[in-house]
Amino acid sequence: MILIDAVTKRYPDGTTAVDRLTLEIPDGSITVLVGPSGCGKTTTLRMINRMIEPTEGRITLDGADIREQPVNSLRRTMGYVIQHAGLFPHRTIVENIATVPRLLGWDRREARTRALELMERVGLDRSLAKRYPYQLSGGQQQRVGVARALAADPPVMLMDEPFSAVDPIVRKGLQDELIRIQGELGKTIVFVTHDIDEAIKIGDMVAVLREGGKLAQYAPPAELLSAPADGFVEDFLGLDRGIRRLSFFTAAGLELNTVPIVAVDSTAEQLAARTVPQTPYLLVTDTEGRPLGWADAKQRAAGSEALIPFGHSFTAGRDSLRAALDSAVLSPTGWAVAVDENGRAVGVAAQETIAAAIRTAHLEQQATGSASGVADAAPVDA
Amino acid sequence: MGGFFDIPSDLQASWWGLIGLHLEEALVPVLFGLLIALPLAQLCARFRWLYPPMLGITTVLYALPSLAFIVLLINWTGLSTTTVEIPLTIYSLVVLIPAIVDGVRSVPEETHAAATAMGFGPIRRYIQVELPIAVPAIFAGLRVATVSSISLVSVGALIGNEGGLGNLLSDALHYHRPILAWNSVLTTAVLAILIDGLLVLLRRLLTPWAVR
Repeated sequence: MILIDAVTKRYPDGTTAVDRLTLEIPDGSITVLVGPSGCGKTTTLRMINRMIEPTEGRITLDGADIREQPVNSLRRTMGYVIQHAGLFPHRTIVENIATVPRLLGWDRREARTRALELMERVGLDRSLAKRYPYQLSGGQQQRVGVARALAADPPVMLMDEPFSAVDPIVRKGLQDELIRIQGELGKTIVFVTHDIDEAIKIGDMVAVLREGGKLAQYAPPAELLSAPADGFVEDFLGLDRGIRRLSFFTAAGLELNTVPIVAVDSTAEQLAARTVPQTPYLLVTDTEGRPLGWADAKQRAAGSEALIPFGHSFTAGRDSLRAALDSAVLSPTGWAVAVDENGRAVGVAAQETIAAAIRTAHLEQQATGSASGVADAAPVDA
Repeated sequence: MGGFFDIPSDLQASWWGLIGLHLEEALVPVLFGLLIALPLAQLCARFRWLYPPMLGITTVLYALPSLAFIVLLINWTGLSTTTVEIPLTIYSLVVLIPAIVDGVRSVPEETHAAATAMGFGPIRRYIQVELPIAVPAIFAGLRVATVSSISLVSVGALIGNEGGLGNLLSDALHYHRPILAWNSVLTTAVLAILIDGLLVLLRRLLTPWAVR
């Protein structure tokens, strides 16, 4: 456990970057420091590996003051990932990743084997091993950055806006990858970002900091969304926190209607059997059961093959109520399409059904006091 | 007697001999210049306030006329190659120090931070990270310093037999053989171009990682 104990960082010119900050960072989870620029989040991160020394207070790692051991050996036990990756341009990818193991005195072959292993772990093809950083895309460079930080298997990872400089699609991929890797490795990760959505997506705990380095709130993301401590946090979370909070409610309990699903080659009798007054639409699937689009029941019976796009589907049992609701509001019919892991339609749900499920989820939460139907605080999807 | 390669006997060297002498007098100062510039540039990169005065001093030294410089030095080092090499060494600093400072400063902030965060001490970081990344910039400076040094060696002819190929210039006057002047000028120019080409080649070999 990392304990930041009443730490203050004041600069000679009088500015206070961090103001009496106390944070308990639990082992084996992702703790996100989030806030606007000038809130001291990077300063706080850099005090953990002593790139910046606090003016007051102290930081302990598993009970021991971090100043007790030599600074460079401390740093070698903490992986560090930075914006733009900060790779060594003059070293190949495999040499970059092997940096810390080599500093720790591993022999060349051992370090290289480890580096190649890590390339695979972060989703990089081994054929890139002998390339130089300039030959890689921004997203690939960032993966190398993560692999390099993991190379010596440090218990702690410090990540300073690691995904801010890549485009949104690549960023989403990197975030998912980080969550996956964390699931396998269970590091103690301190992650700095200015992006509250990123914080909510990847954080087990989120510390919201305000200008001047003051802690505004420290809570699991679901709690942050449901009970922001003050106006600042509420503002920082943005207007759609109600919708975003639905990420933490699973859609597993959602009642799915299987009646209005027809295959594309259905006969008139089959169509008639599937047409019910409550659902004036039929979901047409291909012969494998994958959804193709909605059809107006009357027109379909009259022989029309026109389809209304269904937007996107959600995966039953895995996705959140947010995904289900989005699917429903996106489709012009107002119905969400649920599919199984193989993409086959397993049912449809009306906006009204989803709304009822949301009310139920809220009631359950009030009853149990926990933020969601799921056990851990990670969003069901994101 | 009178051909392009007929070198007067007072020079006590063949054409090739003159080339060797010229190269030695031109390249030794650049090498020493580099050895002096590296620590000075590192100081300038580390203590930013030091850089402007350092630039000022090297510029003033560069502005000293080479002839005056050489004549002054004769008191200590006599009529020797050293007398020519000392000014050339000092002149090379005006190019090499800024080149190295720019090179070391060209190390991206995040690369620097990443190195520190991974547990590189200052010395290791300088040798394994900053200096290698500065190599292209250092070579840009080395090329200018080397070419200018090759052209400046000729001044040594003014204190006697110490100007390498430049000695041919004084002999051209002495013996009324303009062809010797042509030899001096052309050989010096070709030498400069060849050495510059070699430096480019060496830089490419040293920096396979650089974006072309």
